[in-house]
Amino acid sequence: MSARRPPAPLDLRAIEALARKDLGVVVRTPAVLIPLVIVPAIVYVLLPIAMIVAARIGGPMIANELAELERLFASLPDALRTDLERMEPAARMVTLTLGYLIAPLYLVVPLMVASVVAADAFAGEKERGTLEALLHAPLRERDLFLGKLLAAWLPAVAVGLLGTVLYAAIVTVAAWPLVGGAVLPPGVWIPMAIWVGPAVALAGLGATVLISARVETFQEAYQLGGVVVIPIVALVIAQAAGVVVLDARLLTLVGALIWLLDGVLLVVAFRGFSRERLAARL
Amino acid sequence: MTRTRSRVDGRDPAPPETPEPALRIRGLGKDYGGRPALAGLDLDVAPGEIVALLGHNGAGKTTTVRLLNGVLAPDRGEARVLGLDPWTEGTRLRRRTGIATERPSLDPRLSARANLRLYAALYGVPREQEAARIDAVLDRFGLLARAEDRVGAYSKGMTQRLALARCALHEPDLYFLDEPSAGLDPLAARELRGWIADLAAEHGRTVLLCTHDLAEAQRLADRVAVLREGELAAIGTPGELATRYGAARLEVEVPEAQGDAARTALLERGFELAGRAEGEEAIPPATRRLRVAAAGRDRAPDVARAILDAGLSLVRLDPTDASLEDVYLAVYGESQ
Repeated sequence: MSARRPPAPLDLRAIEALARKDLGVVVRTPAVLIPLVIVPAIVYVLLPIAMIVAARIGGPMIANELAELERLFASLPDALRTDLERMEPAARMVTLTLGYLIAPLYLVVPLMVASVVAADAFAGEKERGTLEALLHAPLRERDLFLGKLLAAWLPAVAVGLLGTVLYAAIVTVAAWPLVGGAVLPPGVWIPMAIWVGPAVALAGLGATVLISARVETFQEAYQLGGVVVIPIVALVIAQAAGVVVLDARLLTLVGALIWLLDGVLLVVAFRGFSRERLAARL
Repeated sequence: MTRTRSRVDGRDPAPPETPEPALRIRGLGKDYGGRPALAGLDLDVAPGEIVALLGHNGAGKTTTVRLLNGVLAPDRGEARVLGLDPWTEGTRLRRRTGIATERPSLDPRLSARANLRLYAALYGVPREQEAARIDAVLDRFGLLARAEDRVGAYSKGMTQRLALARCALHEPDLYFLDEPSAGLDPLAARELRGWIADLAAEHGRTVLLCTHDLAEAQRLADRVAVLREGELAAIGTPGELATRYGAARLEVEVPEAQGDAARTALLERGFELAGRAEGEEAIPPATRRLRVAAAGRDRAPDVARAILDAGLSLVRLDPTDASLEDVYLAVYGESQ
């Protein structure tokens, strides 16, 4: 019986060169770069500042807004609800909205970064006619796939983590006079930033790679890849409706499920990523 | 780039004899959607040989190159390229082959140097040699002064030269060149031909040249293979093909007044006249030229004898080596 040949070692230099090149072109392509700058700036900086400013100058009107959050408030754990009840209405609204209600929206950023870069790296390569030379290069399909995957996933994770730190700093500083303490519950934001966010980015990436194999242009891949944002919006709605409340346990479970989904998506995507199939579509 | 060295000297070199061909192809076939794109190719190419692959669009040239470089898996047959199986040993093989595809396949948003740096890493050019190699190929193809410019700002000819620079970056043993002179001006095309000729003649590299430029193939190729609908319709040196397809001819010039008589004399001896007005052309002021078809240099004495025996004067007799265009049209004409 012949021994099974061990897998060839990763060509780290090639993987790094591919990832570096894909990232390099992202910063030179306005159509790709602009959404990567504008959306995080809105989500991580402008949105929290706008909400805190509105809460501070809004005065009594805030109480009416709070009524909209009644179902979320009712579904919170007793200890948390007791803490929140001691707060002024404006402080309570800021804590509920910025700490809990829109927390899942922050997953959109790593998801979007991963999808945009992946659409450019996979479908864009085909659109620009630059794929053929890569297929003729002495590069294993696995290494080509990994290089492109990392080019999209690493910046998505980095933007997600740095953005969350920035968001936490802005919210804490800006809301401190109103709330008198930290607004973001660590049990929600830490697992979201380091566990769920990277998993969501990978899911967006896997979906975009699958879609890219079937479309011809960057725009098509990016637009179709946008469907993966739907579960995140559903999570926001479910939380606002009081169906779920994000906490460390729930996020750990959700993250684990997404990582599992990532595994399936990537296996399927990699199976479709054969030289022969890619060459047949040139 | 080096000066062009024409290989058209009336002699067609035979392929060098070596124990291990650079390319050994047996019954290689590939189907797309149930239709054969390549029906079963048999071809040996010796190291250091330049073989031109001719054929209409869709004749199977690009499919052949993709099969030989391990990008596509064959449906039939086998190939050994530089002693390796392209499909199972593709990664090792591709380190030793260089390709210039029909589309330059360069990222227009990156500089020439950045494009080459990427491929230096992919082809495993040693890091310590990377910068020097990149400068050397950019210099060779006249792009060093524009190395930092975005490729999107390059002209078509410059982009084509950069694609060739990338192809040569890792100093491969075997070059697949698909329409390498497309987009080049005549001077650059001539320099390119010189470079290709030197690859084989001075550096012993093997070249498979896919081209529609028949004059280029005639000047450069040791042998020419014509693909037609996925099949190898003809192969040989340009001279062999000319003889086989009757494309060689003799041009006979006689005094204007003897034109009709010369024509009759040649037809009576069984020669076939070809070209405009059945091979006749008036050459002012006082001679007439007749083209004797399907006649190589070896028939020149017979033609001369036919004219002189008829009591006519022979002003000039030129053997004309067949153009590859004649061969190509003859090969494709067979299928009409």
